[in-house]
Amino acid sequence: MSKSKFKNPVVKWIDHRLPVFSFMDHELNHYPTPKNLNYFWNFGSLAGFALVTMIITGIVLSMNYTAHVDYAFDSVERIMRDVNHGWLIRYIHMNGASFFFIVVYIHIFRGLYYGSYKAPRELLWILGVLILLLMMATAFMGYVLPWGQMSFWGATVITNLFSAIPFVGENIVTWLWGGFSVDNSTLNRFFSLHFVLPFVIVGVVILHLVALHRFGSNNPIGIDIKGTQDTVPFSPYYTIKDLFGLSVFLSFFAAAVFFFPNFMGHPDNYIEANPMVTPAHIVPEWYFLPFYAILRAIPDKLGGVLFMFGAIAVLFILPWLDRSSVRSSQFRPIYKIFFWILLLDCILLGYLGAMPAEGLYVILSRIATAYYFFHFLILFPLLPYIEKTKPLPLSISEPILGGAATAAAMATREKK
Amino acid sequence: MIKYSSKLFSNDILKLFLSLIIICLSSTSFGASEKINYPQLNWSFSGILGTFDRASQQRGLQVYKEVCSGCHGMRLLAYRNLKSIGYNDDEIKAFAAENNVNTINDDGEVVERPARPSDKFVSPYPNDKAARAANGGAYPPDLSLIVKARPDGANYLHALLTGYVDAPAEKKVPDGMYYNKYYSGNLIGMPQPLYDDGVEYADGTKATPDQMAKDVTAFLAWASEPEMEDRKRLGISVMLFLLLLSALSYFAMKQIWAPIKNQ
Repeated sequence: MSKSKFKNPVVKWIDHRLPVFSFMDHELNHYPTPKNLNYFWNFGSLAGFALVTMIITGIVLSMNYTAHVDYAFDSVERIMRDVNHGWLIRYIHMNGASFFFIVVYIHIFRGLYYGSYKAPRELLWILGVLILLLMMATAFMGYVLPWGQMSFWGATVITNLFSAIPFVGENIVTWLWGGFSVDNSTLNRFFSLHFVLPFVIVGVVILHLVALHRFGSNNPIGIDIKGTQDTVPFSPYYTIKDLFGLSVFLSFFAAAVFFFPNFMGHPDNYIEANPMVTPAHIVPEWYFLPFYAILRAIPDKLGGVLFMFGAIAVLFILPWLDRSSVRSSQFRPIYKIFFWILLLDCILLGYLGAMPAEGLYVILSRIATAYYFFHFLILFPLLPYIEKTKPLPLSISEPILGGAATAAAMATREKK
Repeated sequence: MIKYSSKLFSNDILKLFLSLIIICLSSTSFGASEKINYPQLNWSFSGILGTFDRASQQRGLQVYKEVCSGCHGMRLLAYRNLKSIGYNDDEIKAFAAENNVNTINDDGEVVERPARPSDKFVSPYPNDKAARAANGGAYPPDLSLIVKARPDGANYLHALLTGYVDAPAEKKVPDGMYYNKYYSGNLIGMPQPLYDDGVEYADGTKATPDQMAKDVTAFLAWASEPEMEDRKRLGISVMLFLLLLSALSYFAMKQIWAPIKNQ
């Protein structure tokens, strides 16, 4: 071990006993990263940034929030009106949830396109799906806290789903509510869980990173790193690229926070919760809409709940559903088409989730739901048997350094 | 064989943005099924540079006070907040003192005292039930957040206030209900509030129902989002900073990556 890695004597002394500096140097500085990553690989670090932003703004908000049915709505308005820059903190937190999901959904679809879930990254993927699930639980409970009409009725609809469980369903719902309706005890426990779950997410994110650093990032070509010619050290190459990505992301984020802060919210949530008045349409936040559409597409309540959770469950077993050994869609001409169909399918589901469950919308929801499960349960396992994949390059540096063609061109140039 | 890296990448970006736009559009269509089209007005406070029109806001406060406040409260707004629409401390003190609030004196008795600037706007009814009882069972909603709490709030409010017309012959209007062409279901419990010269504006502006509706909407838009002007002003600085940071980090990135790209 090189003992003169650090010049500062204090750092050296500490590092000898507690090698945190060596660890950071190894994982953040020298960490070899494929040199051909495109901008879609920015979204992991952006998700991390979003998580930290949510935690910091959330802690500040909690200092001014009152988790009580009589005061919750007014305490949020007090933050908006009387707390110094309270509106800024709250709008960052509120829009931050949406942006967190945008970033994470792009991150997931990137993984789907480039086959990042395949061996040896199965656990990395599974931990990611677990993070998504925790995020959904956290976001759902967070949306209840302002105690507006959508908070209350969204909580009522979603918690009622558990009553579909045979025999014990009703008891489970009462247990979740801490009473016989969504009420003060529900609000209190949701606040408590909304506060603590993000730290559970941090824990799973750390595991996600440990798993990532075991084999390093996948890359657009999806082939393994063959040697140092294929990689660059993480710093400065990807630190600067992540900074650029972050600046662009923040520009979009700030535009929403400062100029369209309520665009992604629902006006009804500025009406205080009223158990006696049901809104005309109860809709969840936009990031739940595809799942909501699946829920409503199934005519049976229990069936709907099972399919909705099934939509996430298939992601957990995806590494084993996909039988193709080729990771990147660039070399899978047929799968590539189906990937875009899946993306459009999910967007369509999102649209249908926002529409009333009637007429054509119901039929379309069923078709879109059927496609979703067809894609995961039938297409992924069977496609490799018919699909002829394109030949893979020998290494990552080959397309950059040039294969035979470029070598020939170099030779001609040298002759001149 | 070398082609795949760059061409596909730009395609992906394009598709990504298209899909994001679709997602955003779909999220705005909440409850679109019963959409009634309101006249779209050109509000001074819309757009990313829009600010409130002080004179209009002040006229709007007058409309609220003389017309709306008989039934509608503004419980989230304090009298002191009026400073940001251009009133001075003495005016606010006098305005607040026109109302009384309950307090408990040193003998433990409930007594009335004049409201102070630090008090919230005094609501016309002591509770929701009293409000319903006085209005034939219809609850006059609190107006503190009304513009934010309705889709396309400012246009909706203006349309609603000017939407009282004679009911079509086939439409039965029950007692205590009124016909409004912009209200969902057309039957509203609120009688037409604004008539020509319903208030007398100090600045000589002619008080037509349309003008009063515009003014009170401007006032209520501010009441819903009192931070709006600060927010937009700060937003401009933040955006300029971020665009500069984006540009600088982009060129720094290009420079750092140059040796790798040119290999």
